[in-house]
Amino acid sequence: MTKPLKIVVLAKQVPDTRNVGKDAMTPEGTVNRAALPAIFNPEDLNALEQALRLKEQIQGSTVGVLTMGPPRAGEIIRQGLFRGADTGWLLTDRLFAGADTLATSYALATAIKKIGDVDIVIGGRQAIDGDTAQVGPQVAQKLGLNQVTYAEEILKIENNIATIRRHIDGGVETVEVPLPCVITVNGSAAPCRPCNAKLVMKYKYAMCPLEVDANSECGMRNVELSKTRPYLTLNQWSVADVDGDPNQCGLSGSPTKVKTVQNIVFQAKESKTLTASDADVEGLIKELLEEKIIG
Amino acid sequence: MNNVFVYIETEGTQVAEVSQELLTKGRKLADQLGVELHAVVAGTGIKGMVEDQILPYGVDKLFAFDGEGLFPYTSAPHTDILVNLFKEEQPQICLMGATVIGRDLGPRVSSSLTSGLTADCTQLEIGDFDDIKTKKHYDNLLYQIRPAFGGNIVATIVNPDHRPQMATVRSGVMQKAVYEGKAKNEVVYPEVSKYVSPEAYVVKVLDHHVEAAKHNLKGSPIVVAGGYGMGSKEGFDMLFELAKVLHGEVGASRAAVDAGFCDTDRQIGQTGVTVHPKVYIACGISGQIQHIAGMQDSKIIISVNSDPDAPINKIADYVIVGTVEEVVPKLIKYYKQNSK
Repeated sequence: MTKPLKIVVLAKQVPDTRNVGKDAMTPEGTVNRAALPAIFNPEDLNALEQALRLKEQIQGSTVGVLTMGPPRAGEIIRQGLFRGADTGWLLTDRLFAGADTLATSYALATAIKKIGDVDIVIGGRQAIDGDTAQVGPQVAQKLGLNQVTYAEEILKIENNIATIRRHIDGGVETVEVPLPCVITVNGSAAPCRPCNAKLVMKYKYAMCPLEVDANSECGMRNVELSKTRPYLTLNQWSVADVDGDPNQCGLSGSPTKVKTVQNIVFQAKESKTLTASDADVEGLIKELLEEKIIG
Repeated sequence: MNNVFVYIETEGTQVAEVSQELLTKGRKLADQLGVELHAVVAGTGIKGMVEDQILPYGVDKLFAFDGEGLFPYTSAPHTDILVNLFKEEQPQICLMGATVIGRDLGPRVSSSLTSGLTADCTQLEIGDFDDIKTKKHYDNLLYQIRPAFGGNIVATIVNPDHRPQMATVRSGVMQKAVYEGKAKNEVVYPEVSKYVSPEAYVVKVLDHHVEAAKHNLKGSPIVVAGGYGMGSKEGFDMLFELAKVLHGEVGASRAAVDAGFCDTDRQIGQTGVTVHPKVYIACGISGQIQHIAGMQDSKIIISVNSDPDAPINKIADYVIVGTVEEVVPKLIKYYKQNSK
C-alpha cells in the first residue's frame, strides 16, 4: 500500500491576458487592470486536477492550495476547495509586493517548509501574466527537491517513486522521480473538474481574515458562520508567520529590476485595401506573381 | 572571467538551432563588451561530434562535458555542471534557449546562484543603468527586453548587482550566422565527476521519444496563418490547401490554438514561433500584439479580414476586406489559373 500523500498545489490569481480587449490599455499606455478579469491561472487548474486524482487514488492523501497575492486572492483557495481541495494558505503581506520570480519562489518555499512534510508540490508550468515558467524550478531548488517540468500526466506512484509523462520539444518523455518532488503541469494535461455543488455550498462563505468586509453581506455571513464552522476562516500568512527574511522577499529580494516599460507601437505601413471581388483577388495574385514574390 | 556564456542544447549529437542563434547573438555582445564568447555543452558520446556545429559561430572556448547520464537531459546533472562551472568562471552573461530544456534549467541555475533570469527575451542589448533609489550608476548591463502582460507592453529588465545576467530566448528570434572574424576556438573536456555529484542522477528517463518536426514553419518563405476568425478546425483545411499550392506552411494565432483549431507547434507569436517569411497571409487574425511580435518582420503581409479596422491591417501591405470563406478559395483558384 502506498502511504498517504501530502500535496501542495501552487496556484496564482492572474489577470486574464488571453482575451485582451481594446480597453485593456489606458490612453497613457499603462495596463488597465480593472478591464481584465482576475482568474485562476489556467495551468494551475491542470495541476489541481492531477493533485485531486492522486488524492482519489491514494487513500488518506490531502490537497492544499498555496497562493500568494493581495487579500482578494483568497478566491483561489475557495475555487480549490469547491473542486475538492482540503485546505489552503494565502501568503499576503506588503513585504511580498514587487517580487520577481526568485523572490516569489523564496516566499513560496518558506511557506512550504512551514507547512511541513510535503510529498508533492505541484503547480502549473507558467502563469499567463508573466509566461516565465521559472517559479516551479526555483521553488524546487530552494527546497532542494527534484523537479519534473512540463508534466502531462502522473502515471503512477509506487514505493515513493512517481512515474510521470512529460512534454518535451518535439516529443514526449517518461521519467521516474523519487518523492518528495516538485512537478509543473503543462496545459496539454487533463482539464480540471468543475466545482462540486455541495462543496460550493459548504465553502461559499470561507474567507481569509483580510478579505472580510464586515459591511458586506458575504462578510457578515462569514463572521457569523465561522463562529461554529472554523473551516470558514482560511489560513492567511504574513512574512513573519512563515519566518521569512524580509530582505529576500518582494522588491528587495528581486535581483531583476524593471528599467523601463513601454507601450508597443508598431510601425504602420501604407497598405492597399482590396475587396473580396474576383477582379481584386486575381489582380493581387497576378501582381505577386509578376513581382516574383510568390512562385 | 566576465565572459559571455551560451548553454548549448543537444538532441543526441545534434546541436539545437536555437543554440547556434544564441552564439551569434552572444558573439556580438562579447565583441561589444570586449570579452570572450564561451560555450558549454553536456551530453553522452558528444566528443568529436558536436564541436563543428558550435565553434564556427565565433566561440573562443568550448567546455564540452561528455559522460554517461548526461543525455537525455535531466535537471540536476546539467544544473550541477553550470553552477560549478560558473562559480569558477564567473561569467557576466549566460544565454540559453527558451526551450523545454532551457526553461527547466535556467531557473534552477539562477536560483542556485541567486542571479536574475529573464525569460523569452526578444531583444538583448548593452547599455547603462541608473538606479533611482540607490543613486548608483552601472555601465554595460545587459538589457533584457521582452513583451509582458500577454504581450501588451514591452519591458526592459536589468540585473544590476547579480551575476551572471541570465536570459532565455525563443527559437527563431535571433538569426544565426557563421562568424567571419577570428575566434580562439579552444575546446576543453572537463572531468564530469568533478562537477556533478553522484546523487544528481536520481531522475531516470524511462522513455524518450522525439519525432522529426512535421513541418518547417520557422524556415518557410511563405506562411499562411489562421486566427480565431477561421471558426473551426475544418476551417483550417482550406488554409492547408492554400499553403500546399503556394508551397508554404500553415501557422496559427494563439486564439486559434487555444480554441483547438490547430496544433500548438504551429503557433506564431510571443509564446510560439517567430517567423520571417517573404509572404505572410493572415486569415481571420485580428492581430493581438503578442501575435504581431512573432511575424512583424515578414516582407509582405496580406491580411484577409471581414473587419476593415482589424489591428493587423495597420501593418499589412495588402488588406482584403472580406470573409475567409469567400477570399481563401479565390486565392487558391486564381493562383492555380495564373501560375505556370
